[in-house]
Amino acid sequence: MNAPNQSGWKPGTPVDGHNAMSGPDTATGNRALMLEEPLIFEIGSTETTGVDFDFAARLDLAGVDQPAPPTPAPASRLGSFARTEAIGLPGLTEPETVRHYTRLSRQNYAIDLGLFPLGSCTMKHNPRLNEKVARMPGFADVHPLQPVDTVRGALEVMNELAFWLITLTGMHSVAMSPKAGAHGELCGILCIRAALEARGDARKVILVPESAHGTNPATAAFAGYEIEDIPANADGRVDLDALKARLGPDVAGVMITNPSTLGLFERDLKAISDAVHAAGGFVYCDGANFNAIVGKVRPGDLGVDAMHINLHKTFSTPHGGGGPGSGPVVLSEALSPFAPLPYTARTKDGVVHLIEEEGADAFSEEYFGGRMEHFGRMTAFHGQMGMFSRALTYILSHGADGLRQVAEDAVLNANYVLRSLEDVLDAPFGHSGPCMHEALFSDKGFAEGLSTLDLAKGLIDEGYHPMTMYFPLVVHGAMLVEPTETESKAALDQFITALRSVAGRAKAGDESLRTAPHYAPRRRLDETLAARKPVLAWQAPEAPAGTPVASEIGGA
Amino acid sequence: MRYLPLTDADRSAMLAKIGASDIDALFVDVPEEARLTGPIHGLPMHASEMAVERHMRRLSKKNLAAADAAFFLGAGAYKHHVPASVDHIIQRGEFLTAYTPYQPEIAQGTLQMLFEFQTQVARLYGCAVANASMYDGSTACWEAVAMASRIARGKKRKVVLSGALHPHYAEVVKTMAKFTDDEIAGAPPSLTAMPDDDGLIARIDDNTSCVVVQYPDILGRLPDLAKIADAAHAQGALLIAVNTEPVALGAVKSPGELGADIVVGEGQAIGVGLQFGGPYLGLFAVRDEKHVRMMPGRLCGETVDAEGKRGFVLTLSTREQHIRREKATSNICTNSGLCALAFSVHMTLLGEAGLRQLAAENHRLACLAAERLAKVPGVTVLNDQFFNEFTVLLDGDARAIVRQLTRQNVLAGVSLGRLFPGVEGLANGLLVAVTETTTEEDIETLASALEGVLA
Repeated sequence: MNAPNQSGWKPGTPVDGHNAMSGPDTATGNRALMLEEPLIFEIGSTETTGVDFDFAARLDLAGVDQPAPPTPAPASRLGSFARTEAIGLPGLTEPETVRHYTRLSRQNYAIDLGLFPLGSCTMKHNPRLNEKVARMPGFADVHPLQPVDTVRGALEVMNELAFWLITLTGMHSVAMSPKAGAHGELCGILCIRAALEARGDARKVILVPESAHGTNPATAAFAGYEIEDIPANADGRVDLDALKARLGPDVAGVMITNPSTLGLFERDLKAISDAVHAAGGFVYCDGANFNAIVGKVRPGDLGVDAMHINLHKTFSTPHGGGGPGSGPVVLSEALSPFAPLPYTARTKDGVVHLIEEEGADAFSEEYFGGRMEHFGRMTAFHGQMGMFSRALTYILSHGADGLRQVAEDAVLNANYVLRSLEDVLDAPFGHSGPCMHEALFSDKGFAEGLSTLDLAKGLIDEGYHPMTMYFPLVVHGAMLVEPTETESKAALDQFITALRSVAGRAKAGDESLRTAPHYAPRRRLDETLAARKPVLAWQAPEAPAGTPVASEIGGA
Repeated sequence: MRYLPLTDADRSAMLAKIGASDIDALFVDVPEEARLTGPIHGLPMHASEMAVERHMRRLSKKNLAAADAAFFLGAGAYKHHVPASVDHIIQRGEFLTAYTPYQPEIAQGTLQMLFEFQTQVARLYGCAVANASMYDGSTACWEAVAMASRIARGKKRKVVLSGALHPHYAEVVKTMAKFTDDEIAGAPPSLTAMPDDDGLIARIDDNTSCVVVQYPDILGRLPDLAKIADAAHAQGALLIAVNTEPVALGAVKSPGELGADIVVGEGQAIGVGLQFGGPYLGLFAVRDEKHVRMMPGRLCGETVDAEGKRGFVLTLSTREQHIRREKATSNICTNSGLCALAFSVHMTLLGEAGLRQLAAENHRLACLAAERLAKVPGVTVLNDQFFNEFTVLLDGDARAIVRQLTRQNVLAGVSLGRLFPGVEGLANGLLVAVTETTTEEDIETLASALEGVLA
């Protein structure tokens, strides 16, 4: 195993009560590279702007400033709506702006800084070519409602990506417009509902395992369904017999995550699909974890009817501090006719068409024998183009062989973590076979009073973003570790060293974990206070008592 | 493969540690008949950065970029100048490659930014509280309708949509309502110089949960929100104001100030860029704090850490899917964080003074364009009032004319035929948007081109 630190530091090096965080107080509250930063409302002013406008002075070709041409100012057409009240938006000049946000950025952990093992979120490296491509003017500077003949390349990107998604999943078609995973889930469930309604078969219930992402039941409820639990077996997988026993004419479908949130492949998925189909229902697969199996197995071969693909997970579009995502939904032949508008289709002449509300029926008549019965529109315009160009770039870079290697390395890395830690951390499903892309642990064996939260905060002090905590809900004190394929063995070894150390402290009852993190920009934050007395927007502090008000000071 | 750090020696060593004979031993739970034995047939293998870039550039070149034409498209997506520093900041890895700030001690950068963003949006909209963003304006609009339904506790089922609401937004609301039993009362827009506020008010009754009005509306007009708010409130309904051009709010009164209860919109115009329609930025705010706990999406709030230092956290999450599951206020998880950052940085660069100047310049150029186009034979300007976008009526099918003008490198606007296909009486309408990026030469180019085709 590699040394955890090559700087000359050794475990146990005495610090004499001093380390990076202790030591004398500073006048500013800053600590060298750890810099405090006020809010823009405290440092900006409504009079300041970091943008110059060229209507006051025009630059001619010789580079000389000249007065604006004497176009008479037109009369306002705002009527009585012209704004009179102040807005209260502070401005900063460009250097101040760049510094403000750069200082803020340094208080963030990120994949670019280190391993970010947030289970189910797939925090892998974001290739920078993708960023470069997305900024090509033909993608970045194109309006969604330009005449179709001026955006053929954009439609080709959508169609080319669609082809890859369909081929990699072995499905029939793909709805590209959903804006993120949860939006894609909604798309899939609405396709199912539309298909059932089209055959006059109103069903009321969607079955969802307790281990599912919270978005699954929230989505099904949003679409008007009652949610019922699917029991799990001792392995943590769907209990096929219990599921079969529950299926019936009231069950619209099931939502199954594969690989599951326990990091396990659902061995019986094909049998589940067959049973659901036999009972007249549909199978929704939460594809959040498709990155574990891309190129290794096609969900279409397992009987799935609909599955969303988080482009920001499997195909590495950046997570951006909370989005934007993109959630295309691949569909089986049975659900394809109900896909939302708009969609793209390539006809035999090689032309890629954009099918919107207008002409949808005629297109269906000409090319699909009139079978298309789209359920409507889920978003303005055509979906997350900026994510499509990035994801397609990622896919073309990897190719069919590279994507397969992605899945294999992601699974290999996760199993390596699982087997390197299961002697110090409880792995509740370690007996259930190899894990897929993520390894699940619990807080069993921690000393009294120490929890998963304490371990996670201890991991922050070791220089890591913690794993997903307390999810899935079916495991007490769950810790879901997803290393991804873009980590080297050396990076994994150091992470394992850190996690072994913190786990050991948690089991030994190390009290200092209770107050971790000690070395982050902030200590533990009071979330109870935040929720009890919500402060959700900045307000100028009230002037201290005795401060003279304007009228007392006098003057204009 | 340049993105995969494991070497074959690493892989062997790791398999040995795991106790697996080969990689397929880790996929043993995949049924054998479904296991693929090699790369999927018919797909290309991995490619160099250079080759991929060449391919993507070829596709990019098939599109006409807005900057390469005289450009007048709007209808919910606007071409504004984005300062270079905005893109620099959003490409910093600490923002770009972070995620939802679940661990606040090491995510204060994103959290403080979101707190600033929420405050900026709330102030721009004249509201008490804004959330940390939604996917886009159209989905924010539907979430507002769903929220109004929750506030009415299902006792009021009618949603009154202004006919001059962006048709894609109206379609999204209608699509979702099919599955939630809300009754949607829509109407096609009427081509009048002023919005038909009285007609809209007449459709509000005591079964109405909310009224949805776009401001400025899809034809660029300014509905009398204060009057509509009074009428809605008199029937116990909420007014949802939708704004698709936030720059306008540097020049016109805010929807909150005029009495809107929920204000939603598209934030793309500030900082985000056109991007063929996405990713964009949904803005969502409530005028009165009492509605905060009914809101969808993430909220960032101020608190203190164990040493008493100010810090920020995601809060009130008992509304959200990861806690409340099927009882959540929305299924939204990932939102539009990086676009929120772009918006916030651009807004910080502008500041109030800059936003007002920007809005004034947009309005000045739009007025010039309206005056110039009004002089073209065969063109009538519909609007009495507008901000930076207005409707003209052409002597001829606007859609065909728009297509014809692309051959002269003029992207003349968005035809009402494209927006409202098949709706009678709208085919001659053209929406013309003018921003600070429009030059007076562009306006002259458009006017001359229209003179050419209408002669």
